[in-house]
Amino acid sequence: MPISTKIMERPEAVETSYLRAALKGMKITLKHMLNPKKVTQQYPEVETRLHPRWRGTHRMEVHADGRPKCVACGLCPTVCPANCIRLVGGEDDQGNRYPVVYEIDEFRCIFCGMCQEVCPVEAIHVGQDFENAEYTRERFVYDLDRLMNQDHPTTLLWDPADPLSE
Amino acid sequence: MGSSHIIGIEDGTAYFLVTSAKIAVMFGVVMITVAYTTLAERRVSAFIQDRLGPNRVGPMGLLQPIADGLKNLLKEETLPASASRLYFLLGPMLAMIPALVTFAVIPFAAPLPTPWGVVPMVIADVPIGVLYILALSSLGVYGVVIAGWASNNKYAFLGGLRASAQMISYEVGLGLSLIAVLMLAGNVTLTEIVSRQQQLGIWFALPLSLGFILFLICAFAETNRLPFDMPEAESELITGFHTEYSAMKFSMFFIAEYAHMLTASALMATLFFGGWDLPGTWDDMYMFQGQLISGFGANGAPIAATLTVWKSLATFLGFALKTGFFLFLYIWIRWTLPRFRYDQVMELGWKVIIPISLGYTMVLAATMLTLYEAGVEYGFTFGLVLSVVSGLCTLGFVFLLDKGGTIGGAASGKKVTFEQEIL
Repeated sequence: MPISTKIMERPEAVETSYLRAALKGMKITLKHMLNPKKVTQQYPEVETRLHPRWRGTHRMEVHADGRPKCVACGLCPTVCPANCIRLVGGEDDQGNRYPVVYEIDEFRCIFCGMCQEVCPVEAIHVGQDFENAEYTRERFVYDLDRLMNQDHPTTLLWDPADPLSE
Repeated sequence: MGSSHIIGIEDGTAYFLVTSAKIAVMFGVVMITVAYTTLAERRVSAFIQDRLGPNRVGPMGLLQPIADGLKNLLKEETLPASASRLYFLLGPMLAMIPALVTFAVIPFAAPLPTPWGVVPMVIADVPIGVLYILALSSLGVYGVVIAGWASNNKYAFLGGLRASAQMISYEVGLGLSLIAVLMLAGNVTLTEIVSRQQQLGIWFALPLSLGFILFLICAFAETNRLPFDMPEAESELITGFHTEYSAMKFSMFFIAEYAHMLTASALMATLFFGGWDLPGTWDDMYMFQGQLISGFGANGAPIAATLTVWKSLATFLGFALKTGFFLFLYIWIRWTLPRFRYDQVMELGWKVIIPISLGYTMVLAATMLTLYEAGVEYGFTFGLVLSVVSGLCTLGFVFLLDKGGTIGGAASGKKVTFEQEIL
C-alpha cells in the first residue's frame, strides 16, 4: 500500500449529554496540556530532520581531479519546466565535452528534481538543503563554481529498494 | 491620628493620597495582569494543542505582551470610508472604560496597617457594590454595539446585534443568580459580603453551589468568551464587531475583553470563594460597630483584630490565586468547548438559566426563612443546612441538563431519516 490509511469509526448519532461530554473534553485538554511531549520543533537551535527525498538547493558532482562531472549534453536545460538552467557547452583537446557556463537561477527553480532524473552522468543533483538566504537577488543565480562547492547531501529521488514507490 | 484609625473620606488629604496611590497601583496591576493573561491564553492554548506557543521574546516569552503592545501602537490606524467617524472612535473607549472601572469596588486584601492609620484594601468601598458592578458591566456592551453599528459592515453589525441580544438574555440570569448571594449576605457591599463569608465559616460556593454554577455560566456569556463568543464568532462573522478595527483601537477591544474576564474572575472569587479570606480564622477581620474585629470570644465580647503587613500580603496572594484560577478556567474552557449555535445560546439563557435561577431563589428564600423562624443563628450550622439544600438543587440541575434536550447538539436527539422528516 503506498500510503497507510486509518479508517475512523464514526459514532452513531445517539443521545449525548452536553455536560458529561464537556467534562470529558476538559479532561482531555488538561491531559494534553500537562503532557510534556510537544510537536513543535525549536528550529534554529534544534536541526530539523529532512526526509531522504527532500529536494532543495542544487549541487554539482565533481571528479576526483576537481573537474565537474557534467558533459554538457544539454538534457537538463531542455527538460527544466521552469527554464532556469543556462548551459553553454564546450570541448577540450581530447574531445571531452564540458560546461563553459552552467548557471541555475534558484529563484525560478521549482525544485521538481527533473534535472537530476534526466542527467545521464549523475552530475547535477538537487540537495537536502534549504538554508540559502541571501541579501541580493543576483546572489541566487548559482554559477558552476558555487554549485561544485556545495557540500550538503544530495537528494535520493527514489528509494533504490523500491524504485516505483510502491 | 492613631494607627488603628481607619482612613476614611473624612480624613481629606490623607484619604485623597491613599486612594490615588491605590488607583495607580491597581490600574498598573490590572493592566499588567491583562497583558499577561493574553500571553497565558496563547501559551495555554499552545500547550493544549501540543505546541509550545510564543517563547522567543524574552525568557520563556515573558516579554511577548510588550512586543505585542509596541506593534499595536505603531501600526497604521484605519478608518473605513463609510464608517460613522464619531461612533467608530467612541466604540473602543466605551468598551474599555467600564471593564476597568468595575475593579474599583472589589476588595483585594485584608486592611493594611500603616503608621498613619489602617488602609482598607479596596479603592472605593461603595455601599452599592454589586449594583455598581452590574450597572457598569452591562455598559460594556454599548461599546460593542456602537462599534458594530458604526463600522458599516454587515458582519460587524451582526456581531453587535448578537452582543446586545446575548447581553440582555444573560444579564437577567446573572442578576437572579446573584440574588442568592445578596440574600445570604444581607448586603450589597462587597467588603460586607467577604466579611459575612468569614462569619459563616464556609465560603458561599458551598451553601450557594447552584447559584455559583449559574453565575459561572452567565459570567462566561457576559464576557463573550467561548462557548458564548457569538459577537466575535471568527468562523461565521470574521471577527464580528471589531472586523474593521486595527492597531490600538483593536487592542483596546482586546484589553476590554481580558479586563472583563479579570473582573468576572475577581467577582467569582469575591462573591463565592471568600474574596481575600484564607482558610482558617487567623486572618479573619471585619467591621463590628465601627471596630475591626476578628470574631467573638466565649462570652460574646468582640475580639479586636490584630493587623499585620504580612497578613495583608498573604490575603492578597490568596485573592490573586483564586482570581488566577478562574482566569485559567476561562482559558481552559475556551480551548475545550466549541461555540454554541445562536439559537442554543438563546434557549439556554431563556429556557434554562432564568427559570432555574428563579426557582432556586425561591427555594433558598424559603429555606432561610424556615431556619430563621426555627431560631438557627447565622453561623456554621446555618451554612451546613443551606449547603445540603443547594447540593440537592445542584444535583437536580445536573440531572436535568444530563437528560439532554436542553442543548441539542448535532449528534443528540433522535435520528430522523429523510422519509420521517417529510412525512
